Amino acid sequence: MRIAVCMKQVPALSDGGMDEKTGTLIRSGQKAVPNIYDLSALEAALRSRESAEDENFAIDVYTMGPKSAEALIREAYAYGADHGYLICDSKFAGADVLATSYTLARAIRENGPYDLVFCGKQTTDGDTSQVSAALAKWLELPSFSGVTDVRIIQENGKDRIYLKQRLDDRVLTLKAGLPSLIAVEKETFPARMPSLKLRLRAGKKEITRIEAGSFRPESGGIKEKEYFGQKGSATRVIRIFPPERAEKHPVAELDGKEAGKQILDIWEGLGLRKERNHDFEERARDSGLS
Amino acid sequence: MISKNGRGILVFLETDIYGIKEVSLEMIGKAMELAGETGKIYGAAVGDDVQALESALSERLSGYPLEKLFLYEKRGCFEAAAWESAFTDCVTRTNPDILLIGGTRKGRYFAGRVAVRFRTGVTADCTGLRIGQDELIQTRPAFGGNIMADIVTDHSLPRIATVREGIFKAPEAGKPRKIPVFKGEVAGSEGVELISETPIPRERGIVGQQVLVACGRGVRKKEDIAMMRKLAEEVGGELASSRALVEKGWMPQSRQIGLSGNVVSPKLLITCGISGTIQFQTGMRTAKNIIAVNTDAEAPIFNIAHHPIRADLYDVVPGLLSIINREIRNT
Repeated sequence: MRIAVCMKQVPALSDGGMDEKTGTLIRSGQKAVPNIYDLSALEAALRSRESAEDENFAIDVYTMGPKSAEALIREAYAYGADHGYLICDSKFAGADVLATSYTLARAIRENGPYDLVFCGKQTTDGDTSQVSAALAKWLELPSFSGVTDVRIIQENGKDRIYLKQRLDDRVLTLKAGLPSLIAVEKETFPARMPSLKLRLRAGKKEITRIEAGSFRPESGGIKEKEYFGQKGSATRVIRIFPPERAEKHPVAELDGKEAGKQILDIWEGLGLRKERNHDFEERARDSGLS
Repeated sequence: MISKNGRGILVFLETDIYGIKEVSLEMIGKAMELAGETGKIYGAAVGDDVQALESALSERLSGYPLEKLFLYEKRGCFEAAAWESAFTDCVTRTNPDILLIGGTRKGRYFAGRVAVRFRTGVTADCTGLRIGQDELIQTRPAFGGNIMADIVTDHSLPRIATVREGIFKAPEAGKPRKIPVFKGEVAGSEGVELISETPIPRERGIVGQQVLVACGRGVRKKEDIAMMRKLAEEVGGELASSRALVEKGWMPQSRQIGLSGNVVSPKLLITCGISGTIQFQTGMRTAKNIIAVNTDAEAPIFNIAHHPIRADLYDVVPGLLSIINREIRNT
């Protein structure tokens, strides 16, 4: 069994920092960390490996980013990943959903085949939650997003997966074939503590770097460089701007007691105290307390 | 370049047991605006019973200017790949300039697949859509949500945009008329087998509430969430959260306010220890009364709050609870 896990390095504070006056981003000095949702994807892969009796079970991590994203792969090694691929080339920079998913797909196909591809629900910086489905399409795999439980099962001598997929109004319990792509929910796959022993070894483990020139030519002779980075992106940012501001109200400097009093006055002034008392009476009546 | 005349807009119509989803109506409203006088709006839906889809949609939508309804039957349950097939068929038939998809779970699960199928762009969670000089301008918070970006998809079709519920307004229905219907069928992937479906009970969530208390990074320990919940209960509301506490695992994502959570517009919103990133503000800017408690006088939340209060929530909330206990509890 071979599993590919896609991960991304993101700024530590998801809400970043912006100079409110100039509207420019303060990115310098921000620590880079693994996207927390992707740690859940890795966790799901690690659990699958633990429950499988398969000596050749391999978990490979793929990340696209600058050279410093090596740190993410070392981190993944400390959690228990077997091998890491750093997809890193200036030709890959400036990629949107389309180009990012293509590049990931290309790297995964080059080193595949994989039985499963695991992704996180979203990133904390881009926040689009679109890359996993797009990646599945490039790989021509069925995709299951919002997955809260996944297990590898055997049926008639064949490996399959059992999974629970969350929709807005229901949870589907499914069985599906391999290969498939799974995007997991964070809540049911909280990341474990990384192992100290593995962390000590992580520094010496090899990382495979993938550049635009590393790929064997694709069949069909497509001009592949047109698929990467900014060139391969379908969307373009034409303007960034600070959002419109409403009229700013003066900030009240209050001690705790005054502040509490003011909050209650506003609450009462809106008639919400009456509504609340009414609600409480109704609930008390419903539960037979009055 | 976007068509000047006869612009086509395809809208993903999603139904649940209550009928068409509000976000789908909101997308129709936006489509009407973008279509202008000469544009054409198409709607497409997928479900396990095409007759049921037709009865849920055709009368309900008869007051909106839809050119045609495309209904696809997919036996069994939702599958992203099957929804992609349906939209591939529909896009091929209607060749739209724009495809609008509600940012629901289903919408998010398949939108990226359609984008790759047509080698085009998908702009997720737009907060604004308008026709610029000769392009569709898609606005969304960018770079972690502290700044807005205008984005164009300028050399491929269709331009795909997803939008969360509550961002745009559902339109008024006009005079009813019969909308032509096309019916098709799509298949799921081989080997996918539905074992069971469990409905998620509709909890008393944060959308549609009159009063919300929202807490953020200013909460120092997980145990202190209980104090915030107590306050929410006492003022007759529900407890909501910023993204920071969801990422810490202290609050469930279902209670998150913001672009990747919920868009809310309560009568009163009390935020405690929330700095108010743009992505957060996107989820609450329509709240009627906003009280913001934060220690940082420069916090962006103070730009939008009607009652900005510079104070530490730990100085405010316990005292507030004891006043309520003393004076209000037994009235």
